[in-house]
Amino acid sequence: MAKHSAEVLVEGLKKILISVKEGLDEKVQGKVEKLIAELQGTVPPSLEPFDPDAQKLELGFDFFKNNIFDKNREYFRELAEAQHPKFLVFACSDSRVSPSIVLNFKLGEAFIGRNIANMVPQFDQWRHTEIGSVIEYAVKELGVENILVMGHSHCGGIARLMELPDHSCSHDFIDEWVKIGLPAKQKVKEEANHLPEEEQLRLLEKESVENSMANLLTYPFVRNAVENGSITLRGGYYNFDNGTFQQWKKM
Amino acid sequence: MAALAPTSLSKDPSSNPTLTIFGSRLKSGQIQQTQFRLCSSFRSNTGLKLKASAEPPALTQERMAETGTAPDLFDEMKNRFLSFKKHKYMENLEHFQALSKAQAPKFMVIACGDSRVCPSNILGFQPGEAFTIRSVANLVPTYESGPTETNAALEFAVNSLEVENIFIIGHSCCGGIRALMSMEDEADSSSFIRNWVIVGKKAKLITKDAASNLSFDQQCTHCEKESINCSLLNLLTYPWIEEKVKRGVLSLHGGYYDFVDCTFEKWTLDYKGSIMEGKNRAVVKNRSFWC
Repeated sequence: MAKHSAEVLVEGLKKILISVKEGLDEKVQGKVEKLIAELQGTVPPSLEPFDPDAQKLELGFDFFKNNIFDKNREYFRELAEAQHPKFLVFACSDSRVSPSIVLNFKLGEAFIGRNIANMVPQFDQWRHTEIGSVIEYAVKELGVENILVMGHSHCGGIARLMELPDHSCSHDFIDEWVKIGLPAKQKVKEEANHLPEEEQLRLLEKESVENSMANLLTYPFVRNAVENGSITLRGGYYNFDNGTFQQWKKM
Repeated sequence: MAALAPTSLSKDPSSNPTLTIFGSRLKSGQIQQTQFRLCSSFRSNTGLKLKASAEPPALTQERMAETGTAPDLFDEMKNRFLSFKKHKYMENLEHFQALSKAQAPKFMVIACGDSRVCPSNILGFQPGEAFTIRSVANLVPTYESGPTETNAALEFAVNSLEVENIFIIGHSCCGGIRALMSMEDEADSSSFIRNWVIVGKKAKLITKDAASNLSFDQQCTHCEKESINCSLLNLLTYPWIEEKVKRGVLSLHGGYYDFVDCTFEKWTLDYKGSIMEGKNRAVVKNRSFWC
């Protein structure tokens, strides 16, 4: 019970801190933060060694809170109650291709799945539960109207797919994952093997998007929704060499 | 404003009438290509509106539009992309050109797919800064559970990109955690969601043990945070992760975004402390609370 008391007290102190922060004296705020830290059994923030990465996060959150959240309270109050995104977006984990930045999605607009090489495997209820749960949640629970699979240039996952099989080195997990794109690689090799490797890679990045879009249709609840017109399947390709974005619909 | 003519699709070197792969589809005109063409107007058909704040150096704010028809959505995406191109890409051309050669992010972020919790928006991660996985309920399975998209991403981020931080970010009102807490039948299910969130089973058991006297909503909040700590411990089941944490070149962090009050909590896994607990309980340090 003593543990619960500390936890409840900490939550209460945090709520007080939030509600009175604007007019709060810095010394008093520091004392409250110290008390919170002591109750949690940790060192207060003011006594921690300087951590530039942590500071970067704090500044980023501060900016969001002051410039976006606080200026759109009503919008965020509604959003806290429920989300109604129109898009499910699959994008690569690559640090350069966040769909929120490239396509300027605001909070609440897109349910996003990000993985290596933005791949969607075929329906497999036992093997691919992680991505299956993203699709299932977005389609069945949230009722999204669009599924966008967005590829990009210089994709490391696609480059790895092109290298396989690689007898000199293997990875525990990456190789197994990117094999999802093998049908796309086969197509590119059959029809464009004469092209320089870089061009083949660009083609494979796009063909893999097509492959993932086709795989989406192996999920019965996706296929039904596409056939009855309640979901549109879209492909996208962001090329950060020349700053272009292509998009198309699955015919 | 000056309009640059779009690149002719027929000049695409990869296109060839005999090909059935992507290159040939470029010729057919089914693809909408967005080049750098500045639009003088931005059509909006507003439902929910997001007020524009003072334009920051890092984030662009536009009036958010909710449009109804499919052609409008194409235009919408195009306009959004052009806005990104104008306000970010062109203004930081050298940086983006360097980025196009290689990425060297310091962070790997594991966040929920929830549309309300994008780390780029909330924490201001810019292109090049965070290699990101997004899945239902930001769960990390153990090494022994076999290949999944999360552990493929972990392998790439840790072994190839050599990130210095792995940051697992949970959030309030998580539908995935709620599903986990609501599940009665924990074995054999036809639902993807249930078969995935079972990864968080340990967090649910801990929550039921510690907080059964709280309301269901409060238990869900407890589990949202507990599952982050369980996932942090699951990270240590990956030999190449534990080895780097031990050497001090990789740090594991948890974060919790409450979008009701707009607060953010952050903490770091204390590796030595957790080892002393037999890796059964996450010992944490460097807690911060931002509000």
